[in-house]
Amino acid sequence: MAAPITLITGTRKGIGAHLARHYVALGHRVHGCSRKAPEWSLDGYTHHEADVGDEKAVRQMFAAIRKSEGRLDHLINNAGAAAMNHFMLTPTATAEKLLRTNFLGTFICSREAAKQMKDQGSGRIVNFTTVAVPLRLAGEAAYAASKAAVEELSRVLARELGEFGITVNSIGPTPIDTDLIRGIPKEKIDQLLQQQALHRMGTFDDVTNVIDFFLRPESAFVTGQTIYLGGV
Amino acid sequence: MDPRVNDIVVRCMCDMGERYGLDLGGGPMRETLLFGESGLLDSVGLVSLIVAVEQEIENDLGVSIVLADERAMSQKHSPFRSIGALADYAASLVSAEQ
Ligand SMILES: NC(=O)c1ccc[n+]([C@@H]2O[C@H](COP(=O)([O-])OP(=O)(O)OC[C@H]3O[C@@H](n4cnc5c(N)ncnc54)[C@H](OP(=O)(O)O)[C@@H]3O)[C@@H](O)[C@H]2O)c1
Repeated sequence: MAAPITLITGTRKGIGAHLARHYVALGHRVHGCSRKAPEWSLDGYTHHEADVGDEKAVRQMFAAIRKSEGRLDHLINNAGAAAMNHFMLTPTATAEKLLRTNFLGTFICSREAAKQMKDQGSGRIVNFTTVAVPLRLAGEAAYAASKAAVEELSRVLARELGEFGITVNSIGPTPIDTDLIRGIPKEKIDQLLQQQALHRMGTFDDVTNVIDFFLRPESAFVTGQTIYLGGV
Repeated sequence: MDPRVNDIVVRCMCDMGERYGLDLGGGPMRETLLFGESGLLDSVGLVSLIVAVEQEIENDLGVSIVLADERAMSQKHSPFRSIGALADYAASLVSAEQ
């Protein structure tokens, strides 16, 4: 069987970098993007410098993948940004930036991927949400709202893209030790962990396990679902 | 108008005809209606045609356009109503990009 072609957004660091290594190790041909170039490189991995909220840059990336690979099997919309602040002190520019990266980034990449996957009659799209949505975390209004938009987008896309054999699902991680949550005070994180069924931080492997499940050929009948880690 | 765009639209419509078993009469013509009451395509068919035209224009002319842009969606007479209208609209986007 030919190597699956997998596009992961936000691969420079954090969860995305781990996902890139994981799927290269599983024999996928992996493409990834972020605004800055990563400090690592890997056989079987191709980097594109693209901001997921920049439609033109995203379309150029998809055109390049179409040219070099001729197909796309998986899209993992991992690129994301967060900000923690009291609602009354959150600048509009911050809310706009979160919506652009988290929601519009997922929107644009999914649309371009679907155009490619449609003719293949198969494809997998996995989106990133967060436990901050079901837990209604105070201090994360703009972030949680942008991810709630991603969840609903996924559910509607599952319906619109189902007839083309494309599934769309979401994973909602608990806190995981990356730069994304570095600025959050420890007691806030501890409070959050106490609200989970399982009171620990998540790991990269917890995330890949769920995404592996969504990507499996046997999961063709699983779509429109959100899986939260930690029993939230 | 760039005649190559018209050729691309006609070619894509021929492919659609084969794939979906459409009755194109004597072949797709500028007047062939795509969508609406007496149009040949359902909504999924129209989406497929639009995506195919975007991709072929990118492959053949090296120009990246988005046919379903805001202007297209808000026009009184949809640029997707007929082959001719689609070709004209695509050609206008191509020349704006060049
Ligand atoms: N870590 C957690 O606790 C946690 C919990 C729940 C959900 N999540 C979700 O998991 C995903 C990954 O988070 P992470 O913890 O790995 O974050 P991270 O360590 O901050 O990494 C974010 C990655 O996304 C890229 N990125 C950010 N904005 C981008 C843009 N506009 N266009 C393209 N790439 C962009 C960054 O690279 P550049 O800066 O070079 O662009 C970086 O590679 C996010 O969607 C996040 O919301 C994380």
